[in-house]
Amino acid sequence: MVGLLDIITVGLFAAALRMATPIAFASLGGIFSERAGIINIGLEGMMLTSAFTGVAASYFSGNPWFGVLAAVLVGGLLGLFHALLTVKFVGDQIVSGTGINIFALGFTAYMSQVLWGSRGASESVQGLRVVSIPLLKDIPIIGDIVGTHTPLVYLMLIITVLSYIILFKTPIGLRIRAVGEHPAAADTAGIDVFKTKYLCVMVSGMLAGLGGAFLSLGHLNLFAWGMTGGRGFIAMAAMIFGKWTPFGAFGASFLFGFAYALQMRLQTLELLPPQIILAIPYILTVIVLAGVVGWLKAIPPSDYKPYVKE
Amino acid sequence: MTEERRELSERNLETKELLRRFLARLELELRRIIPQVIAILLAFLAGAIVLLVTGYSPLEAYGALVIGAFGDVFGIGQTFTQATPIIFTALAFLFAFKSGLFNIGAEGQLLVGGFAAALVGISFDGLPPFVHAPMALLAGALAGGLWGFIPAILKAKLGAHEVITTMMLSYVAFYVTGYLVNYPYKAPGWVSQTPPIAPSAELPRILQPTQLSASILIAVILVGLTHYTLQKTTFGYEVRATGLNPAAAESGGISIKRGMILALVISGAMAGLGGAGEVMGVHRRFIEGFSPGYGWDGLAVALVGGLNPVGVLLAAVLFGALRSGGMTMTRVTGVPLDIVSILQALVILFVAAPMLIRYLLKRGGFKWWGS
Repeated sequence: MVGLLDIITVGLFAAALRMATPIAFASLGGIFSERAGIINIGLEGMMLTSAFTGVAASYFSGNPWFGVLAAVLVGGLLGLFHALLTVKFVGDQIVSGTGINIFALGFTAYMSQVLWGSRGASESVQGLRVVSIPLLKDIPIIGDIVGTHTPLVYLMLIITVLSYIILFKTPIGLRIRAVGEHPAAADTAGIDVFKTKYLCVMVSGMLAGLGGAFLSLGHLNLFAWGMTGGRGFIAMAAMIFGKWTPFGAFGASFLFGFAYALQMRLQTLELLPPQIILAIPYILTVIVLAGVVGWLKAIPPSDYKPYVKE
Repeated sequence: MTEERRELSERNLETKELLRRFLARLELELRRIIPQVIAILLAFLAGAIVLLVTGYSPLEAYGALVIGAFGDVFGIGQTFTQATPIIFTALAFLFAFKSGLFNIGAEGQLLVGGFAAALVGISFDGLPPFVHAPMALLAGALAGGLWGFIPAILKAKLGAHEVITTMMLSYVAFYVTGYLVNYPYKAPGWVSQTPPIAPSAELPRILQPTQLSASILIAVILVGLTHYTLQKTTFGYEVRATGLNPAAAESGGISIKRGMILALVISGAMAGLGGAGEVMGVHRRFIEGFSPGYGWDGLAVALVGGLNPVGVLLAAVLFGALRSGGMTMTRVTGVPLDIVSILQALVILFVAAPMLIRYLLKRGGFKWWGS
């Protein structure tokens, strides 16, 4: 019989990194948007639409990388839409994001029915292949955890570092943060507040798009109804847990990824009913959000008020 | 003679004044309603494009939808049946929103409320209906209220953002009720559902052979109560003050935290009551995942209804029609039912940004409302 301790293996950590990838992508997306003063609750819907788009593009082209590209484009497009509604037309950010989420759920199910005759799942498509990083994979333990993955996992790690550099070590990042914290002052200093917000929310959507592409093309090789399953919201929790910093968000995403990996192993053990196991990541999110915000004093980087030029 | 004339002219003036006031009021109301109506029209227009692009005829689809929803007594009955839970979830969203909170977890609160009502419904036998049914309703409201209390207390005490927690708790509610209905309370057979509730816990059907139940009467009463509470009571004033300007409310001696917690608990209770109504009036048992998304419908309806209880009533009928007519549309034309969610989302997006509609109107040359 397999015991509880037997599931704690090196493979579990590798799975955790895999499961953390879509959450981390979306979480980084959340950071770009919120640092520029726009809440992006639509991350969930952007991920889902991109997950669908990625599969559809891979289905028609036979090339999963074409799918990734399409997913990023669609994510960016939805980001642009969110920015239009909330920046140009000063609409409510949460209402707009929720609208995007509901749209994504309906639209992807509708299109899945149109394309594959089933709203539940698409046909299997060509997914992304895993690669092994030559020297890295030979290091004991670490090599087993990070040595062999789909390229999107490595892209996520690279983008995490890049995001940190961009946001905190370059003038561009300074501008972004200024726009989020003091839009009026940023404007006076000659920064184009609106353009910055547009770009950041678009980048946010593109990153969520990468997360969606990973879910459908780097993980299951098909699109399933509502396959994001709240990961966009969990990514927001990871962003808050990580105090709106890329490394913090990655760490928190890894925690959630670990919960997902553990959940999958627990299911094979059949110690608990599947429904209870499936609820674990969501309960963990609530606990993290409740415990951490009070304890870490995570203060949002912006008051998210729409900026209106005098 | 002159006396008479003066009287006449005075009356004339009075009539004119009344007319003027009436017109001013009308203009005010129209200015409020027109953008909502335009949002709905634009959503249907955009939905028509989706239909066209995917090879369906919008005219046929929308035609089947309207005929399905309003074509005969049965359709109308089903429309109101579908509108009923939406009224509850819309009021739930509205009440929390008035206190400045986004409760996007009505779906989960509806599910736990429905399950609690079913539990009371199957647990007792031989109670008189006037005891059993209210007990089950109360259980639904309490369970929903509890599901609202968790994010409320986490927000008030620890600052956890309610948009995320209410959403997460919706998933938890889905899985927990899923567990309960698949294991301890599963009725024999392959369907994930509880045994039927006792007849004494059923809400009567009021328009046979449709599933329309007395739950809609509770919903309408709740609309009135919500309106009254928000507009005429001190508590309602506190809730609205908290939502409009928390800092001012606090310095005015209103406890924001207390207001937020109460508002979210009441919000959850309303959604829970809606779930109880579904279980007791429509299904007569708890079926796993019985809600096709009433929580989201409620959000859309609250927004389209202008965040006003009476507006909610009208908008709920529209969304009920989408759900009931949508089924006919799918059967007759083969259009996937998910077009309903697409329309719903489009309405939300257009309502989210009134400035967008104003902009489109100006572009289209309609200066009056755009001014």
